[in-house]
Amino acid sequence: MAKSLFDEKLNSGKFLVTTEIGPPKGTDVSEMIHHIELLGDKVDALNVTDHQSSVMRFPSLGGCLLIKEHGGEPILQMTTRDRNRLALQADLLLAYSRGIRNVLCLTGDSLDVGDHKEAKPVFDLDSVQLIRMIRTMESGKDLGGNDLKGKPEFCIGASVHPAADFIEPQLIKFEKKVAAGAEFFQTQGIFDLDTIRRFMQYARQFNVKILAGVIVLASARMARYMNDNVPGIIVPQETIDELASVEKGKALQKGIEIAAHLIKTIKEENLCHGVHIMAVGRESIVPDILEAAGLLTKENKK
Amino acid sequence: MILGCGTCMTVCNAGGEREVSLLHSALRLAQSRDGGEIHSFQEYTVKRQCDFEFLEVLVDRVKEKEERGPSPPPPLSGEGRVDAILSLGCGVGVQTVAERFPDTPVLPGVNTSFMGASKEWGVWDERCAACGDCRLAETAGICPITRCVKGILNGPCAGAKNGKCEANKDMDCAWALIYKRLERLGQLEKMRRYYPPRNFRTIPRPRRLVSKSEVPGGSHG
Ligand code: SF4
Ligand code: SF4
Repeated sequence: MAKSLFDEKLNSGKFLVTTEIGPPKGTDVSEMIHHIELLGDKVDALNVTDHQSSVMRFPSLGGCLLIKEHGGEPILQMTTRDRNRLALQADLLLAYSRGIRNVLCLTGDSLDVGDHKEAKPVFDLDSVQLIRMIRTMESGKDLGGNDLKGKPEFCIGASVHPAADFIEPQLIKFEKKVAAGAEFFQTQGIFDLDTIRRFMQYARQFNVKILAGVIVLASARMARYMNDNVPGIIVPQETIDELASVEKGKALQKGIEIAAHLIKTIKEENLCHGVHIMAVGRESIVPDILEAAGLLTKENKK
Repeated sequence: MILGCGTCMTVCNAGGEREVSLLHSALRLAQSRDGGEIHSFQEYTVKRQCDFEFLEVLVDRVKEKEERGPSPPPPLSGEGRVDAILSLGCGVGVQTVAERFPDTPVLPGVNTSFMGASKEWGVWDERCAACGDCRLAETAGICPITRCVKGILNGPCAGAKNGKCEANKDMDCAWALIYKRLERLGQLEKMRRYYPPRNFRTIPRPRRLVSKSEVPGGSHG
């Protein structure tokens, strides 16, 4: 039996589309609810980011609860940066009890890139250990070896970095995540098709689903900034040039075109099992990307 | 009393005889600039602050009440009892001195940062956090606890670029180094192995180590 709606889709052979929502910094969730309502029925699942780039925000778990309330299939992003094994397990128990059944297991960015640089980094576990911890909980035990009264069951995802400039250690880690029990992967941002082709040649031997991460760039400046400051993102020079080539005010449109083209080709050439769209703070343009990529059905064009 | 330490703190130019004397002059200068000779200073450097044995020479200089004994103390260079000790030892030294002299305030004179290796003249790199569960056999002699910002055990995060850590562009990514060295040693299978969560209680905090071997003439604890 499928563990979640998303799990069912993962195994349906359908081309999958997921995206992500960044929660607000503060208690005003109206914009997040708007984004959930806008995107909930247009994609197969909605991630909620967990203090992305180590910037403190409304929690991922809270965002996932709102998705359950307002319609949509949540993927709980969970990093090991801020919570030790007790807190992580507790959050997973709460998530499961409220119908959140998909978890994306991440280590999390270092605090040095965020807005609370002086905080104590936790990293009690790493991403591989987090995946294994969930599998342990599913067997009815907590990480201390004690019995659980009611055990959870999750569809587990993880991340992989096919565009890394030093790929071999990344692939070793990928294989450890697969062995630990990851069922699907959302890749770090990919900007060229060769990267995903090369990676899939290797990754197809594993029984996991791969969603190519597509980042929407709003300008050449943003691309350069990300190269310098955002861990795990390497935008190739050609992409930067392409963004810089258009007249002022048209760069975002260009960014949408680039992303849509990438998605369309991935789908047409059946390069991997789906895409994960990261609009980084511009959730409202996701429908435009889907539209341009030909991924909107009649019912959800509204 | 400005108290130096003749071992590690001397080697890393942070709290040896030379630094004690420099600090002494600086404090005297600052005091006279602010007007008024309120404090008098004395300096002394013991061989090692983290060992009670080496602190015994201070007893007659610090002159805590209970140490004065029935007979009058021998004449000292400084006048009377020491009001406070400014220790240029590491955190361990400061605390050992404080324990030895319960009636005297002991102040830290340095911010103890880490245990490092001297990379080149004047440059120290952290190498060990004394975690009590050494991984170096599995990681080709490169410590993932101190040299990876996240202290993770199963391989790199996705943040490294050009071999540098996501947290600091001047620092090598520990896991890139570990991979390269394991590869060179033909031991990459060590990286493919799964390592379970760390045991943060290998020695419960605060940590104490009791030697199990007989020390001639010594006591345990
Ligand atoms: S793993 Fe690192 S911190 Fe731990 S004992 Fe070994 S060198 Fe020291
Ligand atoms: S870049 Fe390397 S050293 Fe830095 S946190 Fe990631 S794995 Fe650790």
